[in-house]
Amino acid sequence: MAKSKIRIENVCKTYEGKNEVHAVKNASLTVNEGEVVVIIGPSGSGKSTLLRSVNKLEFITSGKIFIDDEEVSAPDCDIRKVRENVGMVFQSFNLFPHLSVLQNVSIAPVKVKHIDRKHAEAKSMELLKRVGLADKANSYPNQLSGGQQQRVAIARALAMDPEIMLFDEPTSALDPEMIKEVLDVMLNLARSGMTMLIVTHEMGFARAAADKVIFMDSGEIIEQGTPSEVFDHPQSPRTQEFLNHIL
Amino acid sequence: MEASPKKVSFSKLVSVDPRSPKKGNITINMTDGVLIPKKDTHVFNSWRTTFLGAIVLLACLLIFKPDPYLQILKVCASGIPVTFECTIFAIIGAIFIGLFCGLGSVSKHRILNRISGVYVELIRGIPLLVQLIFIYYALGKILHVEGLLASIISMAICFGAYMGEIVRSGIQAIPKGQMEAAIALGMSRSQAFVNVILPQAVKIILPSIGNEFISMLKDSSLVSTIALSDILRRGREYIARTFLSLETMLVVALIYLIITLMLSRLVGLMEERLNSNG
Repeated sequence: MAKSKIRIENVCKTYEGKNEVHAVKNASLTVNEGEVVVIIGPSGSGKSTLLRSVNKLEFITSGKIFIDDEEVSAPDCDIRKVRENVGMVFQSFNLFPHLSVLQNVSIAPVKVKHIDRKHAEAKSMELLKRVGLADKANSYPNQLSGGQQQRVAIARALAMDPEIMLFDEPTSALDPEMIKEVLDVMLNLARSGMTMLIVTHEMGFARAAADKVIFMDSGEIIEQGTPSEVFDHPQSPRTQEFLNHIL
Repeated sequence: MEASPKKVSFSKLVSVDPRSPKKGNITINMTDGVLIPKKDTHVFNSWRTTFLGAIVLLACLLIFKPDPYLQILKVCASGIPVTFECTIFAIIGAIFIGLFCGLGSVSKHRILNRISGVYVELIRGIPLLVQLIFIYYALGKILHVEGLLASIISMAICFGAYMGEIVRSGIQAIPKGQMEAAIALGMSRSQAFVNVILPQAVKIILPSIGNEFISMLKDSSLVSTIALSDILRRGREYIARTFLSLETMLVVALIYLIITLMLSRLVGLMEERLNSNG
């Protein structure tokens, strides 16, 4: 049996307030080593919240989350150590606008892992080559297109040598013609054996790259299975309805 | 000042992603500093008109009526170094206080947060002149600090609060995603603050600090009512001797005007350079 990298057990997330919002209800899932798991579902269904709770950008209300058998939801967990090992790509890129592309990619290894600047930059150049942006190393983020920025963001996350990559709707803020260049990079990454947990609305990508597809609606995991199971033979009527709407 | 083109460049600067929450309610505090000149290609834009007008008027006075005016200028100009000395040291102090105060008001630490909040409310709720005089006398009575040093400290304390608000708004203008991206890479909050948030915030608040500097230069004249023998004080002493009140105050006003106009031009140039550097 494959080793599990991420294990989410009965996770609930409630936003307290006048009218409580149950963003995630009793979600459980497992991502094995080298697996690509894609979470789909309508907006506001708690996909991003679930993803963001994996590296503790959101705090969960109850349940447990394990990464490599270490419980990250435990209060005494050194989340910084875990985050070094979990790369994250955001919908809005969140590149550092005051740093050049090369500095964006190399800042974390230099500051967090204390790798010497020369080595970090050499490695960053390699990563930029890998995402096809070596010639933009000295540009600033605002000089790049959205697709290029997102590819830099992927390179930045990879610079920490993570074993897991989280993608939070990486193509949702992009113009249609730029989506492909980002998906291509992600597809390559998936083929190289990276463990990936992805929230996306790109069904074509989910079908092509995913080992497992998870459908979420109003905070609950409704259905999970291989792409062909979920897309071609959806069991739940809610999944069917969602797929009918978008396909 | 609300709808100046500055706002456009400001939002461009801070909002990297179109989907980040709108920061419409965050404005950098503007004080009563002179307007920082905008790029205006006309030969006689308002800055040049005012500046030339002031210079020409002063020159005319000196050339055609040197009898009282040359003397007045000599006396008043001897106060310029004092004004600058007081302003420069006070602004250094205010920046330090402002940095701590601004960091305090964005900090999650309850007590720090409350302290800086109370400090800002307190200072902003009392007229500047009243505070200056109060702190000045308090310093003299309790710490036996007097003269220039006391003036500098009281100005630093007063303007530190305004500076703190500038720092706070600069930090809060940085989209939340920047902090998230930094800590998702494994940085600690303080590392993220030093490497990611502050450098961006500094860029946003520098023009406001420049403005504050001009403001402080003008308000240093308030201190002359108690201690400093600056431009205004020298002028008033001269009036006391000669009763040439109108003439003296005209020269005093022109000196302040020329200095602040030059400084505002400098701040404008600095801002332009910052914007052109991405």
